[in-house]
Amino acid sequence: MKIAVLSGKGGAGKTMVAVNLAAAAKRAVYIDCDVEEPNGRLFWKPAEVRRTQVGVAVPEFDPALCTGCRRCVDFCRFNALVYIRETPRVFPEVCHSCGGCALVCPNGAVREKSRPIGVLEQGRSGDVTVITGELSPGEASGVPLIREALRADTGSSLTVIDCPPGSACPVMESAEAADYCILVAEPTAFGLHNVKMVHELAVILGKPCGVIINKQEKAYEPLELFCRENGLEILARIGYDAEFARLIARGEILYHADRRAAALFDGVLKRAGGGRE
Amino acid sequence: MTVIIPYDDVENGVCVSFGRAPYFLAYDTETGCRSQSPNPAAQEQGGAGLKAAQCVADLGARALITFRCGENAAEVLAAAGVEIYKAPEADVDRCLQAFAEGKLEKLTKFHAGFHGIR
Ligand code: SF4
Ligand code: SF4
Repeated sequence: MKIAVLSGKGGAGKTMVAVNLAAAAKRAVYIDCDVEEPNGRLFWKPAEVRRTQVGVAVPEFDPALCTGCRRCVDFCRFNALVYIRETPRVFPEVCHSCGGCALVCPNGAVREKSRPIGVLEQGRSGDVTVITGELSPGEASGVPLIREALRADTGSSLTVIDCPPGSACPVMESAEAADYCILVAEPTAFGLHNVKMVHELAVILGKPCGVIINKQEKAYEPLELFCRENGLEILARIGYDAEFARLIARGEILYHADRRAAALFDGVLKRAGGGRE
Repeated sequence: MTVIIPYDDVENGVCVSFGRAPYFLAYDTETGCRSQSPNPAAQEQGGAGLKAAQCVADLGARALITFRCGENAAEVLAAAGVEIYKAPEADVDRCLQAFAEGKLEKLTKFHAGFHGIR
C-alpha cells in the first residue's frame, strides 16, 4: 500500500507524520518528494547512502548541420528556443524536455544532452528504505526529480510519500501514485483553507483520504464540519506536547522514542488501511 | 535604424508589459516611418518574453524602448544586438523624441522569468 502525506503549507507537521507512519510500519519505504526542502532524512539519518545525479534532456544544436529553417523554434510550444545570429539556442529552464525539436528538425541537427537538476539519494534506516529527492537551488521544476524518486520505490508492504507543500503540479505528481492520502491540517482558519486546497486535489485524483489534525488545543468547529461534510475520517488529533516538541527538535523519531506516539501512529496506520498483516 | 516600442492600442501608449504587449510599433529613424505589427507572443502562457524578443530581433530592431523586460528576453536581445532603453512615460511620441535627443537611459533591471505553468 502507498500512502501520500500532504499539507497545504509547510510547517503543519507533514514530515513528522510521514516519518512516523513509516516507522509504525516497521518495514517500509519512505520517499521524500518535498525536493526543495527534503527534511525527512534528518530524522532517519540513513546509512549506506547512494547518491545519483538526476538530469533532464535538453537539446543541443550542431551548427554544421543546421540550415536555419527554424522549424524547431516554431514547434516549441514552451517557447524555449530562439533563433539569433543564425543559430538556434535553448533556454534550459524553459525547456520541458519534450524532445519535439529533435523530431521536427529535417537535418538531424538536434541532439539531446542531459542537464543535471538534482540528486537522488537512497539509504537505509533499520528496515526502512529512505529515498530522498534533492533539487538543485534555482531549478524551477522538481517534477522530473519526483518522478525518479517515485520510480526508485523498491516496494514494501507500505510506501509513505512525503509530498511537497501546496497543491501545484509537483504535489499532483507525488500523490498520483498513492492509494490513500493523509491530509495534515492545523485547526485554524488558514489551516482549513489549506486543507480544502489539498482535499480538492485528492478528489481530482480520485484518492480516498483522511485527516490528521496537528497542534490541536481545542476543536476548530469549521474544520470539524468540513471533515464531516466531506466524509473525511479524522485519523488522529495531535495536541501540543512538550515532550514531542523536544524530541522532534532533537531530530528523533517520535515512534521510537515515545510510547504514546507509538500507540498514536499504530492507530493512524490501522485506520488508513496500512496495518501489518 | 529601427526602434521598437511595445504598444497597447487600447491605452494608446507604451504597453506596461513587454512579452505580452498586443503590438510592436516599429519606428524607422531615417525615414520617420512607423508601422505596427501584432506581437505573436501576446497570448502565450509561457516563454512569452522569449518569443517577443525573437519577434523584435526579426523586425531588425537596434533599440527597444520599454517599461520592463525579463532576464531571458534581455539575454536574447543582447545576443541580437538590440539595446534596451527605459521608457520614461507612456506617451509614444515623447518617448521617440527623447530617444532622438539621446535622453533615454538604458534599462538595467530585468525581472526573473515566470516560465509558464509547470
Ligand atoms: S525539447 Fe521540447 S520543450 Fe525543449 S526546446 Fe525542444 S521542443 Fe522545446
Ligand atoms: S529545425 Fe534543425 S535545421 Fe531547422 S533551425 Fe532547427 S536545428 Fe536548424
